[in-house]
Amino acid sequence: MNSAQKTDNRLSIEKSVPGRRGLKVKNPLRARASVPPGLKRKTAPRLPELSEFDVVRHFTRLSRLNISLDTHFYPLGSCTMKYNPRFNEEAAALTGFAGLHPLAHDSSAQGTLELLHDFSARLCELCGMDAITLQPAAGAHSEFTGLLVAKAYFEAKKENRSEIIVPDSAHGTNPATASMMGFSTVNIPSGADGRLNVEDLKRHLGPKTAVLMLTVPNTLGIFESNIEEICRAAHAVGALVYMDGANFNALIGLVKPGDLGVDLMHLNMHKTFSTPHGGGGPGAGAIAVKKHLTPHLPAPTVKKEGTAYASNFGDARSIGKVKAFFGNTAVLVKAYAYMLAHSAEELGDIARCSIINANYVRSRLMDIYPSYSKEYCMHECVLTPGPDMTAKGLKTLDVAKRLLDYGFHAPTVYFPLIVHESIMIEPTETESRETLDEFIAAMRAVRDEGLADPQTLKDAPHTMPVKRLDEVQAARQPNLRW
Amino acid sequence: MPKPEEVKYTKTHEWLQLGAEAIAGISDHAQHEMGDIVFVELPKVGQKLEKEKPCAVVESVKSAFDIYAPISGEVTAVNGAVTGEPALLNQSPLDAGWLFKMKPSDPAEAAALMDWAAYQEFVKQSAH
Amino acid sequence: MYIPHTKTDKEEMLAAIGAASFEDLIKQVPSKFLRPEFKLPAESLDEVQAAARMGTLAAGNKLPLSFLGGGAYERYIPAAVKAIISRGEFLTAYTPYQAEASQGILQTIYEYQSSVCALYGMDCANASMYDGASSFAEAVRAASRITGRKKILYSAGVNPQYMDTLKTYFAHSPEYTYIRIPHRDGIIDAAAMAALLDDKTACVAVQTPNFLGLIEDISPVAEMAKKHGALLVAAADPVSLGLLSTPGEYGADFAVGEGQSLGLPLSYGGPYLGIFSCKKEYLRQMPGRITGLTKDKDGKRGFVLTLQAREQHIRRDKAASNICSNEALCALSATVYLALLGPEGLKELAEANAGAAAFAAERLASIKGVSLKFKGPFFNEFVISVPTGAARLREKILARSGVDAGLPLSPLYPELGETLLVCATETKTEADILKLERSIRENL
Repeated sequence: MNSAQKTDNRLSIEKSVPGRRGLKVKNPLRARASVPPGLKRKTAPRLPELSEFDVVRHFTRLSRLNISLDTHFYPLGSCTMKYNPRFNEEAAALTGFAGLHPLAHDSSAQGTLELLHDFSARLCELCGMDAITLQPAAGAHSEFTGLLVAKAYFEAKKENRSEIIVPDSAHGTNPATASMMGFSTVNIPSGADGRLNVEDLKRHLGPKTAVLMLTVPNTLGIFESNIEEICRAAHAVGALVYMDGANFNALIGLVKPGDLGVDLMHLNMHKTFSTPHGGGGPGAGAIAVKKHLTPHLPAPTVKKEGTAYASNFGDARSIGKVKAFFGNTAVLVKAYAYMLAHSAEELGDIARCSIINANYVRSRLMDIYPSYSKEYCMHECVLTPGPDMTAKGLKTLDVAKRLLDYGFHAPTVYFPLIVHESIMIEPTETESRETLDEFIAAMRAVRDEGLADPQTLKDAPHTMPVKRLDEVQAARQPNLRW
Repeated sequence: MPKPEEVKYTKTHEWLQLGAEAIAGISDHAQHEMGDIVFVELPKVGQKLEKEKPCAVVESVKSAFDIYAPISGEVTAVNGAVTGEPALLNQSPLDAGWLFKMKPSDPAEAAALMDWAAYQEFVKQSAH
Repeated sequence: MYIPHTKTDKEEMLAAIGAASFEDLIKQVPSKFLRPEFKLPAESLDEVQAAARMGTLAAGNKLPLSFLGGGAYERYIPAAVKAIISRGEFLTAYTPYQAEASQGILQTIYEYQSSVCALYGMDCANASMYDGASSFAEAVRAASRITGRKKILYSAGVNPQYMDTLKTYFAHSPEYTYIRIPHRDGIIDAAAMAALLDDKTACVAVQTPNFLGLIEDISPVAEMAKKHGALLVAAADPVSLGLLSTPGEYGADFAVGEGQSLGLPLSYGGPYLGIFSCKKEYLRQMPGRITGLTKDKDGKRGFVLTLQAREQHIRRDKAASNICSNEALCALSATVYLALLGPEGLKELAEANAGAAAFAAERLASIKGVSLKFKGPFFNEFVISVPTGAARLREKILARSGVDAGLPLSPLYPELGETLLVCATETKTEADILKLERSIRENL
């Protein structure tokens, strides 16, 4: 037992044996390499020396220390951890896609350009928007791109607007992006029902307002029912409405954000469009815009000329490049493959079943984990530990850690910030009723257990590869490499 | 080691021991609120400080906190021990965990600082 | 399509919720917005049909025998790399928010950081960024933050896309000035640099091998920068470091690179891997996530995301980054790739690149009318001058011979005249290079 554990704990470098070889490179042209000695590195890099099998076993063992979507229910709110279809992976790995150089001539890239063109058109239709860029590498990167577009729009109109309005329920990246762009952020508190108060909003809107950033549905899983009025009020002062589309899974095939009055929005391929999260990346984003913003989209986009597709570098009104090359194309290929697997009606089923699942979990837990909102939720719900648990000193963190022992990844915890001790659950549409029932049973068991013996929860997890980790030591004496 | 009642306090929870060479640090209340302190960045000796402007940084595991100059002046010494052992700020905020010494440019500024009783009241009020 | 619910499931779940119908659940959405018309296909494709469609699109890309480089490199990706990154436990996990349940990812990132430090000769590295361009932009920003200076000197040999990205990132900060150090024979013109460098310079940003393929001796540049209190930001291709002097050796303060070279497919531009490393005194100015080694409460070794407060610290500066995500799966590819190669394999790989390019340069220079633009040593790409329009020539060779001879440089470097940037990596054989030579000869 001990020796096995010790083995599992070792770093690859600790398994290294001098002279042991994995991959060899034998290309005979090697002999022609001639680099002046003065420009050569002085010492060999300290990398592990392992056989191929050593490497495969090392990383396979490491993989088994993870809880993942494939192995466990993963109800991480706002992250949309839905099944990642294997077909998408296989499609993106096709040599024709994977082997294409980013500087390839358009004539070599017709397949990918056609795919991007068709995908763009379908996404625009789905969102009710007029144009789209697929260049952003992730959600936050999309926000950044979106605000650059907004900035260019106002500059073209010679309007100097400095403020971004963000409700307090927004994703933390919203204000961070705003400040990165040199905008000041105006925070608006949510009303008691979790929605933006329109009258309150109107008081904050003015000639300085550039953009209202709104997450729809918001991070409480609530739809801004007044959205039409909100957009009208923003437009009345000449501001733009940006929709954070992180929660688009609740709207896909059901509502077109463009109809709501939104001027620009982002999408996350790694959320709504099922591409894998890969332990924290890569993702891919998109910014969809209405006609008045189209000229400012980053370059390049794809245009169709006759039967051929070409990269379109736009004109001087474009904000330029937000990333080297075209974007995270392989992720877009996966998202497109997902799109092909759905008719318009089936896309709507995604939203419908994600909403049913979230409400099912909510309704079966809210007697002991009170729900922040008194009404039905959209695709996710925000719960909290009940007063009986709080009385025993039990925190959301304890519930989260104990759930790991029950074989579930924890929900998102302590977010949104406006709910004290929040537990944010997003089951997604790909989880079956049986899985949800098991999760519900686990949540209830954790609560019962915690009331009977709070320390069991405080010390959790008990069955993971490691117990609670010393973050203070990690930060005080940083050990960041071998 | 100065006693808590022997130093003056700011609304941003720094303490200052007055003198030709004043000594500054963070209050016991502040270190308690911050939790385990893992990193400290001090001003440089000779650096000119401006009253109520950020001059140092203290980090806990999850958050970073700006430390503000209680009064204006020039830094004459810094406590190198806390950079090596940030835990000193938790263990002994008024003694071994002092942050820097300074030569006040206008000692009269200190009149605006709170005494121990006023600071305790301020902390109590802020809790609501 | 991937939804498990049967009609009965839905009905029973709605009943359990206490809702009369699905519409009951979404009363909060004004009904006028519900069920709009979508002009999307009424029928979806089954997997057989979708495979056919994706196959057709993939086949629509005509992959020529390609000698393109310029920041993205054709690499053989070992089967073991593909196998490891396909494991669901890595592929389908998310950011390691629950450290106890994410030790696999966290240890991998720690090993990635270590490998990057070893390769670049630097003290610390982050868990990765979007791509080389974003790493470069963040490094320049950090240098400016540290020095409190806003003047950026950059070598003409820095990948122009990196500079474009940097300028877009900081377009809202007009106080930054970007000054290009001209090149002389394809490398930094030291005299010109000396004239531009002053005590207001935040950093000197360089790249070696540079965008024109040339290996630069950065040590004297570093010396000059240091004299003025400017920092050195160096971009370097990680594979070249199997052979070449490291940023650590020549005194870089920040070293960045495009990690695509380490076992990632070209995929028309991404996802790639932003390598970011620095000297330990700048650890606190390093953006992005970082993994650290620590102990659990039983004293057992474990890994956590650490130094998280640092991000806020950096953010005190209004123009700091909002980008905190990493490319974990791409970093995993790079880590596995480097572990498979080891120091010896990496050296062989670098030699194969340098050797293939050397042979290609020799063959192409033998063509009448074609010459090497620069005399200096190069790694795996080089510039040739051609007698006629380079862009036309490339198109002609591509259409007639199915060979992509390289990237025409005149849009990026008008001063170089009609030139192509030609790259050869370990994937190229002698026969491939002879085919390139033939295709140029036949189409000149």
